[in-house]
Amino acid sequence: MQHAAALTASVGPGHVSGHGTGHVEEEYTTTGIRHDKMGMWIFLCSEVMFFTGLIGAYIVLRFATPLWPVPGTVLNIPLTAFNTFVLICSSVTMVQALAAVQRADYRKMKLFLCLTVLFGAFFLCIQAIEYWKLLHEGFNPHVSLFGSIFFTTTGFHGFHVLCGVICMAFVTGKALLGKYTQAYHQGIETVGLYWHFVDLVWIVLFTIIYLF
Amino acid sequence: MHEQIEGQPVPADAHKGPGYMTIFWWLAGFTVFEVAYSTILTPPKALLISGLVILAGIKAVLVALYFMHLRFERKTLGIIFASTLILGAILVSVGMAEHFLPRP
Repeated sequence: MQHAAALTASVGPGHVSGHGTGHVEEEYTTTGIRHDKMGMWIFLCSEVMFFTGLIGAYIVLRFATPLWPVPGTVLNIPLTAFNTFVLICSSVTMVQALAAVQRADYRKMKLFLCLTVLFGAFFLCIQAIEYWKLLHEGFNPHVSLFGSIFFTTTGFHGFHVLCGVICMAFVTGKALLGKYTQAYHQGIETVGLYWHFVDLVWIVLFTIIYLF
Repeated sequence: MHEQIEGQPVPADAHKGPGYMTIFWWLAGFTVFEVAYSTILTPPKALLISGLVILAGIKAVLVALYFMHLRFERKTLGIIFASTLILGAILVSVGMAEHFLPRP
């Protein structure tokens, strides 16, 4: 039974010919994992290496620079901690949307997807406010090594969140038009993987950049 | 475990293990503790860094295992993802080694 659950978790319903018709054709793959899911995981692996480069650069520069400012004296930690909470909220609504569509609870699926988009957009708004305040106080990429690596790392993450929100808005639009069913919801699952990854990266970035 | 109907996916929340809201509260709790640990408790630097790395690691693992469903997926995905993380850890370690190891 456990094997069956694992198999369906990986293979899912397979390729569906005709949305909502209930006709499901199994898609065979050499790995036993759907192609779109495998593709997304490989993409996420490349993203791991991308962010490892940025985080690695931050850590090396941090330890190699004798006079590194205490992040709490420059950055607004309570505001960013709240922003972290917002992103965690968006992750839980995303996974609840997936669970809802798998239960054929389409009303909750739409609700949770809309909430995820709103949480994502809210995260970006708070980050924009944080940037605006920092720039207003004279902390910019030119002022120091810390400023340079801070804006590079959080900026690239913010760009990933922006891409995620755009993709999520597209998926939510399709969901509102009734394009996803219990048997066909790969789009939600694949975008969800990306979204959770963005959340995961932020968890690491928040600790390393804001709390160290 | 729910009975599996042929051709139907297993609902993501039907897997064994803690529910999504449980994971959510753990993540939120760890975040609050992290902030308090670094701003209020302010332990020595080595203890602060190791503590924060452990907490961030636990949070990242919780997201990967339960929200990304890595715990319920085929091992192939776990191996692919873990090997990337190992490569990343090697990359950062090499950078760190340049700073900590004595220079010739």
